[in-house]
Amino acid sequence: MTLLKHAARTFLLSEFVKAMWLTFRYMFRPKATINYPYEKGPLSPRFRGEHALRRYDNGEERCIACKLCEAICPAQAIVIEAAVADDGSRRTTRYDIDMTKCIYCGYCQEACPVEAIVEGPNFEFATETREELFYNKEKLLKNGDMWEQEIATSIKLDAPYR
Amino acid sequence: MADLLVEFFQWGFGVTLVPWLAIILGIVVGILAIVLPLLLVVAMSVYMDRKVWAAMQMRRGPNVVGPWGLMQSFADGLKLFLKETIIPASANKFIFLLAPALTFILALVGWAVIPFDAGMVLADLNVGILYIFAISSLGVYGIILSGWASNSRYAFLGALRSSAQMVSYEVSMGFVLVTVLMCAGSLNLSEIVMAQKDTFLGVNGYWFTPLFPMMIIFFISALAETNRPPFDLPEAEAEIVAGYQVEYSSMAFALFFLGEYANIILMCAMTSILFLGGWLPPFDWEPLYLIPGWIWFFGKIFFMFFVFAWVKATVPRYRYDQLMRLGWKVFLPISLLWVVLTGLFLLLTDKIPA
Repeated sequence: MTLLKHAARTFLLSEFVKAMWLTFRYMFRPKATINYPYEKGPLSPRFRGEHALRRYDNGEERCIACKLCEAICPAQAIVIEAAVADDGSRRTTRYDIDMTKCIYCGYCQEACPVEAIVEGPNFEFATETREELFYNKEKLLKNGDMWEQEIATSIKLDAPYR
Repeated sequence: MADLLVEFFQWGFGVTLVPWLAIILGIVVGILAIVLPLLLVVAMSVYMDRKVWAAMQMRRGPNVVGPWGLMQSFADGLKLFLKETIIPASANKFIFLLAPALTFILALVGWAVIPFDAGMVLADLNVGILYIFAISSLGVYGIILSGWASNSRYAFLGALRSSAQMVSYEVSMGFVLVTVLMCAGSLNLSEIVMAQKDTFLGVNGYWFTPLFPMMIIFFISALAETNRPPFDLPEAEAEIVAGYQVEYSSMAFALFFLGEYANIILMCAMTSILFLGGWLPPFDWEPLYLIPGWIWFFGKIFFMFFVFAWVKATVPRYRYDQLMRLGWKVFLPISLLWVVLTGLFLLLTDKIPA
């Protein structure tokens, strides 16, 4: 009897029919994916995306050229050169991040004593050439100006957990 | 067609065509009338394939290029067209470039004998089914030549797998065709379709007869013949990257791709002609004949293609020994048995077609 049952199951392809019916029903299910370039998924305030150098509200650069980020960077993607500025403060003359080396670990942000270098929420910064990914100070400060609002909100939201 | 062209040229340009020129022109016009819509259908079928597959995996599929992503295939085609054709240094250049062209041409040539409607056929061969069978067998050459000419291990392995698979499944496919031929009593595709009129209880098509299991076997063999999942071992991404296509880029790859899909649609058309009643409406009921036959035929191809995509989304890839076992130890005996049973049935009920 079991043999007969087994044979019937094999020859009537019942398992295939069941599987096909399952996939057919799934065709009408609501989509699990979002319409990406037009819709975007939520990001955590801790999301580590493109880097940015921030300024204080009065426009002064936050970075004091302590080189802690350069020291901690496990990929050695950061290069900093420092000098004394006209007002007597210590400032960077060069702040480069090689985005092709960066592993987005977020240690630079953790190491920074003045919250100057941060990883913002932007992850859509693909470029057509490799050279465009060698960020310099100008580019990083521009990013900071562009994403300041989002970055400030993220930092505020994350503060209670630090 | 030739007479019509002679008349057209006389009316339009005031030129009288020589008979042989009119015949050649008529054939060329016929070929264009089949191939151009076919290429459009191939492009849309790639889109449909991706959409159906995506829907069954709860994804969206292509939806950016054009309305609902309808132009996706054309965008992909343009991208491939603008790329460089890379020929590996150790490849046999001539054969390397011949192989995709061969695949593509053979996929199109098969359409010459497909009847789209009563009398709507380019070459009304009286051995049409043998012609189709021969053409689809030749398709192996495109693949094995590409695998050999690439001079790459992955490509060679893929080509070997593919040719072994296509040869194995053609055997059982041949026996399936024999059962249909015995019932229809003709090798002409148009006559096979007409023989299916009102087979049983007013249903048009052999699928509603004891030939139904043969249709399933034919369909599964067609999946194997066109290297579609679950029998896509020749291009198994996880094992041999893309099999025989691994060294191809640009238009050479596009030709393989188009040829593959043209072959799939050809197989859908063959299933419709042999089992679903070709251009006949599904039921032998007078009002249904008001809809032109080619629309029914197109609808049946559309349905079969949907099933192709459906299977692709459902069944995981077979292992190679399972594939061979299915072809030689399951399909071959069953189809052979069915040939005997059909013959006995026709003999005993005295229904052998004249």
